[in-house]
Amino acid sequence: MPIDDIGRPASLHGWGRTAATTATVMSPRSVAEISSAITRAGSRGVIARGLGRSYGDAAQNSGGLVVDTTRLDRISLDPVTGLVTAEAGASLDAIMRVLLPQGWFVPVTPGTRSVTVGGAVGADIHGKNHHVDGSFGTWVRSLLLVGADGTVREVAGDFGNPLFAATIGGMGLTGVVAEVTFQAIRSETAYVSVLTRRAANLAEALELMRDDNDYRYTVAWIDLLARGETMGRSVLTLGNHLTRAELPASKQARASAFAPATRLSAPPMPSGLLNPLSVRAFNELWYRKAPRVPATTIESIGHFFHPLDGVADWNRLYGRAGLMQYQFVVPLEATAVLRGLVERLNEHQLASFLAVLKRFGPGSGGYLSFPTGGWTLAVDLPVRPGRMAGVFDEMDREVAAAGGRIYLAKDAVMRRGMAEQMYPDLEKFRAVRADIDPSGVFVSDQSRRLGL
Amino acid sequence: MKDALGRVDSVVLLGGRSDIGLAVVTKLVAAGARRVVLAARGPADDAVAALLAAGATSVDTVEFDALAVSSHAGVVDSIFDKLGDVDVVVSAFAVQSAQEVYDASPTAAADAVTVNLSAQISTGLAVATRLRAQGHGTLVLLSSIAGVRVRPANLVYGATKAGLDAFGVTLHDMLAGSGAGVLVVRPGFVSTKLTEGLPTAPFATTPEAVADAVVGALAAGKRVVWVPRVVGVVAAVFRVLPRPVWRKISA
Ligand SMILES: Cc1cc2nc3c(=O)[nH]c(=O)nc-3n(C[C@H](O)[C@H](O)[C@H](O)COP(=O)(O)OP(=O)(O)OC[C@H]3O[C@@H](n4cnc5c(N)ncnc54)[C@H](O)[C@@H]3O)c2cc1C
Ligand SMILES: NC(=O)c1ccc[n+]([C@@H]2O[C@H](COP(=O)([O-])OP(=O)(O)OC[C@H]3O[C@@H](n4cnc5c(N)ncnc54)[C@H](OP(=O)(O)O)[C@@H]3O)[C@@H](O)[C@H]2O)c1
Repeated sequence: MPIDDIGRPASLHGWGRTAATTATVMSPRSVAEISSAITRAGSRGVIARGLGRSYGDAAQNSGGLVVDTTRLDRISLDPVTGLVTAEAGASLDAIMRVLLPQGWFVPVTPGTRSVTVGGAVGADIHGKNHHVDGSFGTWVRSLLLVGADGTVREVAGDFGNPLFAATIGGMGLTGVVAEVTFQAIRSETAYVSVLTRRAANLAEALELMRDDNDYRYTVAWIDLLARGETMGRSVLTLGNHLTRAELPASKQARASAFAPATRLSAPPMPSGLLNPLSVRAFNELWYRKAPRVPATTIESIGHFFHPLDGVADWNRLYGRAGLMQYQFVVPLEATAVLRGLVERLNEHQLASFLAVLKRFGPGSGGYLSFPTGGWTLAVDLPVRPGRMAGVFDEMDREVAAAGGRIYLAKDAVMRRGMAEQMYPDLEKFRAVRADIDPSGVFVSDQSRRLGL
Repeated sequence: MKDALGRVDSVVLLGGRSDIGLAVVTKLVAAGARRVVLAARGPADDAVAALLAAGATSVDTVEFDALAVSSHAGVVDSIFDKLGDVDVVVSAFAVQSAQEVYDASPTAAADAVTVNLSAQISTGLAVATRLRAQGHGTLVLLSSIAGVRVRPANLVYGATKAGLDAFGVTLHDMLAGSGAGVLVVRPGFVSTKLTEGLPTAPFATTPEAVADAVVGALAAGKRVVWVPRVVGVVAAVFRVLPRPVWRKISA
């Protein structure tokens, strides 16, 4: 049946602004509306979409139906237990605004607050605290899932349950998550104490991060253009939530205030402006700006976690061809592979602002969940159509051979057949889907591209 | 599905033994395409072997006769049903005889129109329907500089190309907003079996050069591409020449 009367046609792409396709988009106001849309979807199927912050084609469904969840945005917090129940389209930004004044914080936040709870579950997102707190899915206590037949199931937060394990990190392919209940963490204030220190090269950065568990939040910003002795030079930031007592008097009055503003949009730019020279200059400045001797400062949560949220639509800086992010994880012991991949990115002089390096703790148990124990590197790259393809294919193969994987929420170029080599639980994932969605109602451009 | 770098996965060639068509498909496979269907009026074993060697994981052949117009929708549907989503359809079948042949046989002329235009439209519309339904994909049509301003010496062939060009450009507009599109390719003289025995024209090029231009235009999402680029300039001049001058130089 035609799906035009369910929603409106729209061209959709991810944060990278690449590979746009056209779908029918509907924005339900109730769970019942999700159910009825799913049962009326045509042969091209359905996928859920949150705020479209995945970089590639995960939240789009060419020729089919896309359920935009952003109108389902109710949030409730039990201020005693810290249990949050949020509709799938509620953003982490909105949730933080509810939680922080009451002394609570989200257990996991990505580098942007503009993601939905549904997207947090779909990609099983991780933050700077993964090495101590795990990914978002480990904090989920239960969720409501609308299945292929339109029925709403309550799924308990137990990774022993195949449906839950398939849904956490399942990229929307088990159904539409309508509501999520998760445990928040304590944060008396909206501030973080941050230790900033330089690492002269990759080896030193890894050394500093390898055993550190004193800081809840750690990340290294790494300059991929530095060569030779300084290859992999980084600035590490290590943070902990501040208690009210630790906050200086000047900040006491507004200790829990959280009202970050978004500044002007970035203008679209010809992508040529982002070249190795301009980026090298930027990276140099930024490295020099970091204190020579480790120093501790107090930063607002917005400043520490989401520095890029200050500029709306910064992805337009990459011009018409768009951008992509390459993010992989390799096991802790595979430092040689990590080094090789950093060298490779370096050697191709892929103009990139800072890349992010981080140590992950153990994985959550989600079948397609990305984080697993090891080193993860994420790097934004300008897209040059038709070029670089061979380099990514080779890096993908090296990552897979080392027992690592590519983050599906960032993937935009992986080839069919690679996911099988990276995600050992893919067969379990497929078995769950065959069971609950035998006719393949849930499908995305990404699942078609990769043959998930 | 097309990826962020413009790489495609599945490609169909209508006119599965065309020199230009196979050059395009070969480049698409080299750039990453994996599944290919060749629709031709006979076996294409060499092409199949070459494409597999170039990295394709599957190459199927399907029987296709451009003159059997009523079969076209069915052939197109069966190809799409088999491949799932199709990223690129290259439509490269055509015939070309000297104008004297058509002067002597209006029936041969009508058959040429059937192959070069009617069949392009019957398959093109069927492809457009499927591309529209899947919300993405590109139909590549091989127009020609011969259709920009038709020469008396190339009357029938030129007229079919003029019709095809108009069809392609407007079909693209018709698909606007659907996610699907049409790429109209306008080569000058290309040395292939179609032009064997014909005198070589200025700016003559090769199937490989046409293929490079098509692959680049696909990745960049263009609607029209001239090969080589200079024939676009030549064509612009052709278009505005006063008729007496045109008659003299085109004879
Ligand atoms: C600047 C920036 C920084 C980032 N930093 C990080 C980071 O530090 N850590 C990290 O893990 N990620 C990071 N990301 C990626 C981002 O967190 C994930 O892609 C997240 O899934 C985006 O959420 P969204 O609401 O935009 O989801 P979308 O992009 O709209 O969707 C993502 C996936 O989730 C599925 N999905 C969405 N909603 C639902 C639902 N209701 N039910 C079922 N499935 C659903 C979609 O089908 C899709 O497969 C970053 C992205 C950006 C742009
Ligand atoms: N060569 C040039 O100078 C030039 C310039 C501009 C545009 N073009 C266009 O480019 C396209 C490809 O041409 P080309 O140069 O590659 O020539 P080609 O190698 O001769 O290709 C044309 C193909 O059309 C096929 N064909 C003809 N009649 C058919 C029918 N009834 N049923 C099925 N298939 C049929 C032929 O099949 P068989 O192999 O079985 O005979 C042949 O493979 C054509 O549209 C042509 O007009 C060519």
